[in-house]
Amino acid sequence: MFTGASQFAFIGVVGAGGNPWAGAAAAALLGTRNALYGLRLSSLLDLRSWRLPVSAQFVIDETTAMTIARDKPAEGRLAYWATAIALFSLWNLGTLIGALATHALPDPKVLGLDAAPPAAFLALLAPRLRAREPLAVAVAAALIALVALPFVPTGVPLLIVAAAVVLYGIRPR
Amino acid sequence: MIWGPLLVASAACYAIKLAGLSLPQRFLEGPRVQRIIPLLPVALLAALVATQTFATGRHLVLDVRAAALAAAAVAVLLRAPFLVVVVAGAATAAVLRLAL
Repeated sequence: MFTGASQFAFIGVVGAGGNPWAGAAAAALLGTRNALYGLRLSSLLDLRSWRLPVSAQFVIDETTAMTIARDKPAEGRLAYWATAIALFSLWNLGTLIGALATHALPDPKVLGLDAAPPAAFLALLAPRLRAREPLAVAVAAALIALVALPFVPTGVPLLIVAAAVVLYGIRPR
Repeated sequence: MIWGPLLVASAACYAIKLAGLSLPQRFLEGPRVQRIIPLLPVALLAALVATQTFATGRHLVLDVRAAALAAAAVAVLLRAPFLVVVVAGAATAAVLRLAL
């Protein structure tokens, strides 16, 4: 899995004691936006033969943003692969360091590490809130999740929120 | 126990990317799909922020994490880079725990 928000969501649900399958569902739902990115990139990248399955792994927020910002296709492809290689190697190196370092920490709460994921989610969320509709959806989603939380298994509030978004999106207007 | 869901989630995340690159454009062109897909991460990230700040397990709680989130929000409003936002949140929680 190489798509940060989905990784955080999976760990968030499992770390809070939730069912791993609820975490898996949340991770997959958060990954759906990558399909739209792929659609955008399919006309810009060279996807012949083996390049398609290899390129697919690196379709994420950052690579898409760097690629579609270029005017020439050749520059776009260079931006895609430069971003992909830099992010993939550093991201996974950071993950490895984190996995090894936590064994050396007696209590992650002393360093405030339990407050780090919400801050990270907020940083990922903020750039998406520049219009009124997403802001309203974000506030509603937070409230729905908190209202549902005491009554359903851990992780399930995320699925309720996702269902609410789908209902909101398909309503007639 | 955890590896099954992890592998399934990883496969799903990869398949979604592959589908986006290879499916004909019309599959994702419906107005409803176009409306729902960008809102899903917004809603899920907001729900994650709320539940990881104001809950422990299945109990709603108000503790230093709320102040940590406020500090992170200030960092976001000041257009701080990702890592600074995360450190602002964690450091606020750590300092408040020491002080209280």
